[in-house]
Amino acid sequence: MTRPELLRVDKVTKAYPGVVANSDVSFAIAEGEIHALLGENGAGKSTLVKMIYGLVKPDAGHMSLRGAEYAPAEPRAARAAGVGMVFQHFSLFEALNVAENVALGMENPPPMKALAGRIKAVSAEYGLPLDPARMVGDLSAGERQRVEIIRCLLQDPKLLIMDEPTSVLTPQEVDILFKTLRQLAAEGTAILYISHKLEEIRALCDAATILRRGKVVATCTPRDRSAREMAELMVGAVLTPPARAGGAKGAVALEVVGLSVASPIPFGTSLKDVSFAVRRGEVLGIAGVAGNGQDELLLALSGEVRAGREAVRMDGVGVGDQGPNERRTLGLVSAPEERLGHAAAPDMSLVENALLSGLVRKGLARRGFIDWAATEDFAATVVRDFDVRTPGTDVAARALSGGNLQKFVVGRELSQSPGVIVINQPTWGVDAAAAAAIRQAILDRAAGGAAVVVISQDLDELLEISDSFAALNEGRMTRPRPVAGLTIDEIGLMMGGAHGMEVAHHGQ
Amino acid sequence: MPMLRLEKRPSPSRFWQGMTPVLAVVLTMIAGGILFAALGKNPVEAIRTIFWDPLFNAQFASYSRPQLLVKAGPLILIAIGLSLGFRAGIWNIGAEGQYIMGALAGAAVGLAFYPADHWFLFPLMVVAGALGGWLWAMVPAILKTRFNTNEILVSLLMVYIAQNILASMSLGLLRNPEGGGFPGSRNLSQYPAASNPELIAGTGMHWGVIAAFMAVIAAYILLQRHILGFHIKLAGQAPRAARFAGVNPTGLVLLCMGISGALAGLAGLFEVAGPAGQISIDFNVGYGFTAIIVAFLGRLNPIGILLAGLLMALTYIGGELAQFMLGLPAAAIQAFQGMLLFFLLAVDLLSNYRVRFGARAEAA
Repeated sequence: MTRPELLRVDKVTKAYPGVVANSDVSFAIAEGEIHALLGENGAGKSTLVKMIYGLVKPDAGHMSLRGAEYAPAEPRAARAAGVGMVFQHFSLFEALNVAENVALGMENPPPMKALAGRIKAVSAEYGLPLDPARMVGDLSAGERQRVEIIRCLLQDPKLLIMDEPTSVLTPQEVDILFKTLRQLAAEGTAILYISHKLEEIRALCDAATILRRGKVVATCTPRDRSAREMAELMVGAVLTPPARAGGAKGAVALEVVGLSVASPIPFGTSLKDVSFAVRRGEVLGIAGVAGNGQDELLLALSGEVRAGREAVRMDGVGVGDQGPNERRTLGLVSAPEERLGHAAAPDMSLVENALLSGLVRKGLARRGFIDWAATEDFAATVVRDFDVRTPGTDVAARALSGGNLQKFVVGRELSQSPGVIVINQPTWGVDAAAAAAIRQAILDRAAGGAAVVVISQDLDELLEISDSFAALNEGRMTRPRPVAGLTIDEIGLMMGGAHGMEVAHHGQ
Repeated sequence: MPMLRLEKRPSPSRFWQGMTPVLAVVLTMIAGGILFAALGKNPVEAIRTIFWDPLFNAQFASYSRPQLLVKAGPLILIAIGLSLGFRAGIWNIGAEGQYIMGALAGAAVGLAFYPADHWFLFPLMVVAGALGGWLWAMVPAILKTRFNTNEILVSLLMVYIAQNILASMSLGLLRNPEGGGFPGSRNLSQYPAASNPELIAGTGMHWGVIAAFMAVIAAYILLQRHILGFHIKLAGQAPRAARFAGVNPTGLVLLCMGISGALAGLAGLFEVAGPAGQISIDFNVGYGFTAIIVAFLGRLNPIGILLAGLLMALTYIGGELAQFMLGLPAAAIQAFQGMLLFFLLAVDLLSNYRVRFGARAEAA
């Protein structure tokens, strides 16, 4: 089967100060092809698609679209040429409705009524039900993604770029998205699909280009390769899964009883009657699509949001009304999802950021006076033990790459000999080797007797490290179940199924 | 392609953080010189009159030099207090009102004992002065923490209330009974137990100046070595990270507003018992507002504020001298002082950005 070539990228190079993001990258996509772009975080996938979408200009090399020279100066030019993109992080206004958001992304939006009609038509055609009159702030993450997809489809794209689209979806929603993408491909639209989820790529994609450190290291047909083979091509090394000791579990260290708190975040999700218990040595994995109460649960456990005294208990003592430092004194450490601005202060040095949460448990101040020497030692220890790549501990947190800052933040918490660990998205944005090291460190702390709560949107990660599994859905939490014996379908249902989308592809 | 580009630095430049105030002063001298030249004055002479003559001119220095500390003292004392709040993102704009209320409270205590001669009277007045300023600052602080009002607006409006109380007091309750009906209180500088005299003749040094120096040292230690100073900086830079670190936002507002109010009140008390001598309708001359400029000119850093306070005092004294000697209009002097802040804020971006000339470098 030979299809006409749509896009050709030829020897494209892009360098940023200190790092070559893309070096001599070449590949081609045919019309109607679903092409995967595969690589670890930092391999250069994002830079490459930003060049195709006109957000970044290549330093060297050129691109052609249907044989004609293609060099979009800005996204508007890319859209005019028929290239659409759905970003990982949505650019939507929560206080506006769906149709208004779609109109904001268009050059010449039609009258609102006509646009609403077109949105309904397109969403029905592609099995993506969406009510144009609903406020975006009230939509689930999956529904927000549909807004972005439909915004692209209304422009009738020849090439649709999707950046990590499934990270916000339940397994059932992923199935529905794949049906939509296959339908688009059958109609001749090419899809450039960025992901590091290998099984998805094997299920969906016709071809794959694998990037490592800015270079194309392999091209393959995903169906013909195993996920492990592709992973090793991505990483360039043989991977070893984390080792875990199936030791006996101790007494209950963290107990949450009927926890209900209002979200302090605008358009956030309030927690509703959340209950669970974690024993010493146990890892509880909490899954859920983003925005279902994960941030709120972390805030309530860390002490940044207070609840009733008995709603949160540590070793049987009620701490629900205590602040973060009181809970740290009792042995609880926490790592929020957002690194810059929440877990770390962007403009402060790593030493100051080590003090930020290490003050209490590491005894970094005496009578209020800071022991800077001890703080520097602590920061240096974290940098060394967790392989944080930085010129020194006196650089500002914002100067670190996302993955390195993540290693620092998680390392800072895990290095405080904690009794209870609460982490939201422990390996978000770090490369595979570092992710494995972080997971191993978490398992080591559990083996040492810590009770661990890991909140993550990465199901593979949760299944790898958790003893028991629960899911958050619209602020409610399912009862934790042992991981052993859980099927992916059961997990999907725990996460809230497909939000009423099962009907979408009926009869197709 | 633009010929001039800004590039964000990965970390703020320490060199430029220190150099920007110097560069701002130099640029102010150049732009001010052009302004003075446009007004038909010799720019070199005008700049010299402002910056040099108050300190070193044989004719004026004996009067001007002590004035430097007299004027810098309250500016530094108030600016130190304000800078702590500004660092934490708490904007007390009403130091002028807290200064007035501190002076009124302190003077009222002193006058209440008139003419008794107690050793504890002046210390008591100091406490009352700090308390007066603190109470006045608690109004915007509590309104903010309880009802989420905007402290900028409330603290500023409280200044006008304080000014009216000042007028009412100097006409009524605190008016000198032996003053022949003229507005204004008894002169505290002629009441030894309640006065804040010049401690070393010819220097302008009084207790307020000493308090200002002590505040500089205390603030420096607080910000460099104490966990409270760290939390103040953290709250200003990353409020959510501060909550993660266990900082209580309500407590921080009360603390920062309280400190800045108390220091402003102290400045008012030292002024009314010393250089000003009495409560009068026009007692306040804008130290509370100028201190905001001093705080930023000093980059919210205690040592910087010390230098900025001295520099600002110098432009006031030199400005008066230039008005008197060269006939420069007062508005030109004010414009000159305004330029200083303007240039400081403008060149401030050098510490976070790099300026690149020429077109963007394209890789071959």
